[in-house]
Amino acid sequence: MKGSWAAIRIIAKRELSAYFESPVAYVFLVIFLLLSGFFTFTFGGFFERGEASLAAFFNWLPWLFLFLVPAAGMRLWSEERRLGTIELLLTMPVAAWQAIVGKFLASWLFLVVALALSFPIVATVNWLGDPDNGVIASGYVGAALGAYLAISCLTSALTRNQVIAFILAVVLCLALILVGFSPLTDLLARWASPWLVEAVSKFSVLTHYDGFQKGMLDSRDLLYFLSVMAYALFATGVVIRNHRTG
Amino acid sequence: MIKVENLSKSFGSKRAVDGVSFEVGKGEVLGFLGPNGAGKSTTMRMITGFIPPSAGAVSVCGLAVQENPIEVKRSIGYLPEAAPSYTEMSVLSFLRFAAEMRGLRGEALRSAIRRVVELCHLENVLGQTIDTLSKGFRHRTCLAQALIHDPEVLILDEPTDGLDPNQKHEVRTLIRKMGESKAIIFSTHILEEVEAACTRAIIIDRGRIVANGTPTELKARAATGKLEDFFRSITRSDTLAEGAA
Repeated sequence: MKGSWAAIRIIAKRELSAYFESPVAYVFLVIFLLLSGFFTFTFGGFFERGEASLAAFFNWLPWLFLFLVPAAGMRLWSEERRLGTIELLLTMPVAAWQAIVGKFLASWLFLVVALALSFPIVATVNWLGDPDNGVIASGYVGAALGAYLAISCLTSALTRNQVIAFILAVVLCLALILVGFSPLTDLLARWASPWLVEAVSKFSVLTHYDGFQKGMLDSRDLLYFLSVMAYALFATGVVIRNHRTG
Repeated sequence: MIKVENLSKSFGSKRAVDGVSFEVGKGEVLGFLGPNGAGKSTTMRMITGFIPPSAGAVSVCGLAVQENPIEVKRSIGYLPEAAPSYTEMSVLSFLRFAAEMRGLRGEALRSAIRRVVELCHLENVLGQTIDTLSKGFRHRTCLAQALIHDPEVLILDEPTDGLDPNQKHEVRTLIRKMGESKAIIFSTHILEEVEAACTRAIIIDRGRIVANGTPTELKARAATGKLEDFFRSITRSDTLAEGAA
């Protein structure tokens, strides 16, 4: 067990430094911080709300992440396939699942760094008023559950082309948002029975992220994110195995 | 040390490798010859455990590749075709990554890196990003990665491809020298290489072994006494093969 963790750590370390060795990481961080600031303060009506909370920030986060997380995850496997290094990696003494977990972990840590760098918004709201920091923390925990990221990991294993991996991931994540997006569920409610509408919206990240935003940590929401993640990573393993089998 | 039995691989309806069997012992350097698309790389990939065979078995150092993939991978050094590497890394950090993945730490890691850097003449490019290197250096960086854990078995897919004549000569010499204490399989298109570095050669055509012997034996089978003529007499060029199919 100790040995398998060591391999995961080495792979994660290499992957994480690969982010920072290319300009991608910096571009990503700057765009994330600019956009999250813009959405929070300008679009999200941070000041008009008249309350000391990060609701404006967290409301927009699922939409902002819809584009940024696939951008962070698209290279994970597609780049390995393009360069041919997947052949090196998988002929080293590691199991495929270790490589998958290691790579996922690296991109997840990168995402956590990005989220952590949004601390000035937290500082601002604490300086201006007296927010419930427990709610803020729970919003961050929800944001850091890597459902989108695991899906991006899966799509990047499907192709050697990063652009295709990105677009596929955006489409899949968008689907996960839209099934719970109220303008759309309202439309569905016109002709479908309520239980169906509810069942469909249960598959949405929005539905399950809601609790985190309100500071209510529900084990069902947690289970939802963790199972999306586990399923996507498992599917990544299947894709990689099939790719090798030919 | 390497035992390949009745190995086959099909991709869809295409049979890339068809019932290949051979053995390579310690101190042997096996040259793997054949036209493009004959199944050389596929066979090597199956030996390293990168792709599973459709039928047949491979064992390395007495262990079956399919049953003990991790153990087997530990004892193999592999240079894939086209020598891939993480191009955004520097040579040193790439080699350090390879060494760590092979379980080397501390002083063992440093001395392993020193050894392969010297063997592959990478001293002057250690700090450089692989992206900026010439093809010859990239190739040797990937070769260094394969040698870093001083493996008992080396699988080298076209180790001299893209090198200039001096570099080719050096790599050949290196292979011959390492072959004294290891089991090596290397594939090549260059027939002189077989005479220069191999103790034995296998010629593979359309997935099947068509000849197996020492370079001298193979040469003797050609009317002209030249390896090239023998090669041409028993293999088909891929244009001909396509035409027949």
